Amino acid sequence: MIFKNGQRNKSAAPCKQLMNKLSIVAKVSIFIAIGCIATLWFVPMWRIDLAAPQYPEGIFMQIWINDIKGDVDIINGLNHYIGMKTIHKEDFREFVYLPAALGIFCVLGLVVLLRNRRRAFYIWTALLLAMAALSMYDFWKWEYDYGHNLDPSAPIKVPGMAYQPPLIGYKKMLNFEALSQPDAGGWFFIAAVVLLTAVSVYEWKRAKKMI
Amino acid sequence: MKRSLLLLTLAGAVAMQSCKMKTTSSAVTGDAAARTYVAPGKYDELYNFVSGGFNGQVSVYGLPSGRLLKLIPVFSVHPENGYGFSEESKPMLQTSFGFVPWDDQHHLALSQTNGEHDGRWLFANANNTPRVARIDLTTFKTMEIIELPNSGGNHSSPFLTENTEYVIAGTRFAVPVGNQESALDNASYKKNFKSTASFIGIDKNTGQMNVSFQIILPGMDLDLSRAGKGPSHGWFFFSTYNTEQASTLLEVNASQKDKDFIVAVNWKKAEEYVKAGKAKKMATEYYHNTFNEETHSASSSVVKEVLTLDPEELDGLVYLIPCPKSPHGCDVDPSGEYIVGSGKLAALIPVFSYQKFTKAIADKAFEGEYNGIPVIKYEAALHGEVQKPGLGPLHTEFDANGNAYTSFFVSSEIVKWSLKDLQVLDRVPTYYSIGHLMVPGGDTKKPYGKYVVAYNKITKDRYLPTGPELAQSAQLYSIEGEKMQLLLDFPTIGEPHYAQAIPAEKIQAKSVKFFDITKNKHPYLSAGEKATKVVREGNVVHVYMTAIRSHLTPDNIEGVQVGDEVYFHVTNLEQDWDIPHGFAIKHAPNAELLVMPGETATLKFSPIKPGVYPFYCTDFCSALHQEMQGYLRVSPKGSNVPLKWGTGTEAPVEEVASR
Repeated sequence: MIFKNGQRNKSAAPCKQLMNKLSIVAKVSIFIAIGCIATLWFVPMWRIDLAAPQYPEGIFMQIWINDIKGDVDIINGLNHYIGMKTIHKEDFREFVYLPAALGIFCVLGLVVLLRNRRRAFYIWTALLLAMAALSMYDFWKWEYDYGHNLDPSAPIKVPGMAYQPPLIGYKKMLNFEALSQPDAGGWFFIAAVVLLTAVSVYEWKRAKKMI
Repeated sequence: MKRSLLLLTLAGAVAMQSCKMKTTSSAVTGDAAARTYVAPGKYDELYNFVSGGFNGQVSVYGLPSGRLLKLIPVFSVHPENGYGFSEESKPMLQTSFGFVPWDDQHHLALSQTNGEHDGRWLFANANNTPRVARIDLTTFKTMEIIELPNSGGNHSSPFLTENTEYVIAGTRFAVPVGNQESALDNASYKKNFKSTASFIGIDKNTGQMNVSFQIILPGMDLDLSRAGKGPSHGWFFFSTYNTEQASTLLEVNASQKDKDFIVAVNWKKAEEYVKAGKAKKMATEYYHNTFNEETHSASSSVVKEVLTLDPEELDGLVYLIPCPKSPHGCDVDPSGEYIVGSGKLAALIPVFSYQKFTKAIADKAFEGEYNGIPVIKYEAALHGEVQKPGLGPLHTEFDANGNAYTSFFVSSEIVKWSLKDLQVLDRVPTYYSIGHLMVPGGDTKKPYGKYVVAYNKITKDRYLPTGPELAQSAQLYSIEGEKMQLLLDFPTIGEPHYAQAIPAEKIQAKSVKFFDITKNKHPYLSAGEKATKVVREGNVVHVYMTAIRSHLTPDNIEGVQVGDEVYFHVTNLEQDWDIPHGFAIKHAPNAELLVMPGETATLKFSPIKPGVYPFYCTDFCSALHQEMQGYLRVSPKGSNVPLKWGTGTEAPVEEVASR
């Protein structure tokens, strides 16, 4: 809308140029967002904690952008009773795609900075939102798959029982309590999403004011 | 008249009742229960390592609760976990006289750094077949056992120098050196019998023990010992009895002299003599058994010689201090200045001064010689005597405030007295006839104090009766106030002698939860189920087996024959805390295996009859533990049943049924 207005009003060319350029706030936000995303290479993204009467000390699993860490072997050992598939790093194509996608996203951030156009900034923000949504959907799908596709010859079969862990939050499954939540990297990712969304709104309002 | 008679009788009965001897149940007062109550989910303040005496093991209690936490097998076989039964642990109990499945374990010593307990190792003595063991305090496992040559009754052991340079082994029963035979009479004893004080050097980093040198002393009974500390570091002190040198009826013959000796050995001087080549090499033979944490297996080596030092020839090596009446305890206070002798039959406690002792040597204040060794004048080394402390003093420990606590067997009590002025401060009864006592850290430079524990020899009515054979009894007292206060009475297993205690935090965090399977270098390891197999080598069959919740692989084995020697090498594949698996097979004239996560252990079985032998996991490991079982088919000798093995090679039963 604004953009269209700007294009139409040729006499206001200098104004239009000013209008389409990024504010200093947006420029700084690009660096912060890239910084936030970059932490994902150093800290885990998500964590699932499990507790049971036999595990007073608790066991946990951490999901990184390219790995699964924590008590994965112990969880696999326990899951065989109910016929859940064992979890192996090699099974997740995401561990190749996700770092690549995030890497490209960071590079695109620099491109946005050089292009210095609000429109590019909006697209960049939308890209991050789309990636977040897609990742959560993918995560849910994996959880659904692990929780529902059970080995029919498993020693323990509870009629009607599925073992899909919660996408986010708390759930009790048989003797286990599960808590699923973002880890440090996840919070940085969320911070980047919130920041870019907020700055986009700010930019949009600023542009509107200029007209 | 009749009524007054009745009243009189009643009054008499009441009076008689009040004259009744005091019972022991009234001894606990105040907040004792609250001070020993460790709520569910909470931990004890201290680890208490207690010698097992005639059970040959070491038990671990928590203090102040008195709860039994663990029994560590050391010198006796332990079918409960396969110690001494598994192929891996058998070499631990090998000696130059073959496999010895039992011993009498008396004293313990926690390793020290700068005179303080450092929580690395625990040393234990074997009295009967003279040996010293080292236990690792990260795994609570016996890692090393060394046999002692030229020794009978390794009683004054395993006491340590302040930086764990040496662990001592002194002979309670003098014997002819080199296992020679001898006539048994007093004249032959004097001539042929020798006591030895063995200094076992300890590697600073690994804890590995080796007999560095042995001091050959005149025949007598070395009872207990302590290393000097602080100023007296470099000396070792032993109590002795039977300096009368009798070979028979010691009860009478070894109780004749007014004074026996404290034997003072200058081990720094001994080191110098060894360096100068003054030690003699003696041919001998003794076993040195070590457990390797990576192969999870013990191995034995035989040592063929020992270095000996003769104090009759080497000046300044050994001095004798007269000490009243068959001393038992020989204890050095935290400052290292005072040496307390506890004459079992004496009516006083002599306290010697290290400063006065060294001055007496410099002044040559000797009253004569005993078998060529100088005897220092009693008064010249004496700091003073505790008068009328009680009957039958045995052993003394110390707190950090200059107080000493001595156990009295005959008068069955603990007496607290002051080192400074040798005055008795307090006394409490023990139930009954205390042997050793223990103040946490009471043998170190910095006692932890707070409690004293009595380890008693007689139990009688302390607990619900269990027939003629009873548990032993121990009591925990608080020593925080002026007066000692009884807090707790708890039964102990075996027959505790000496004990040690250490604050939990010095051990707790280092405790190993399971063994890393990637570091398992056992020659018969099965690294995963795919590596399991059965291999025949002549009539020896090796079963490479794995255990993981909740199956054994292989669990069906065929092709074994009568006359075969079957070795089940069971690897526990778990890598999680507290998931051991057990292994037992029907009719095995052996014990079970208890295999910790990441460990491999081996059970040998030689079937003598054909048939089918079930085997199973003996440690309730999981919801499907009961299903963790299998079968070994044993065919007659010469049968043509081929070797065959597997787990889950058959389709699930339901499918078979529907077919």
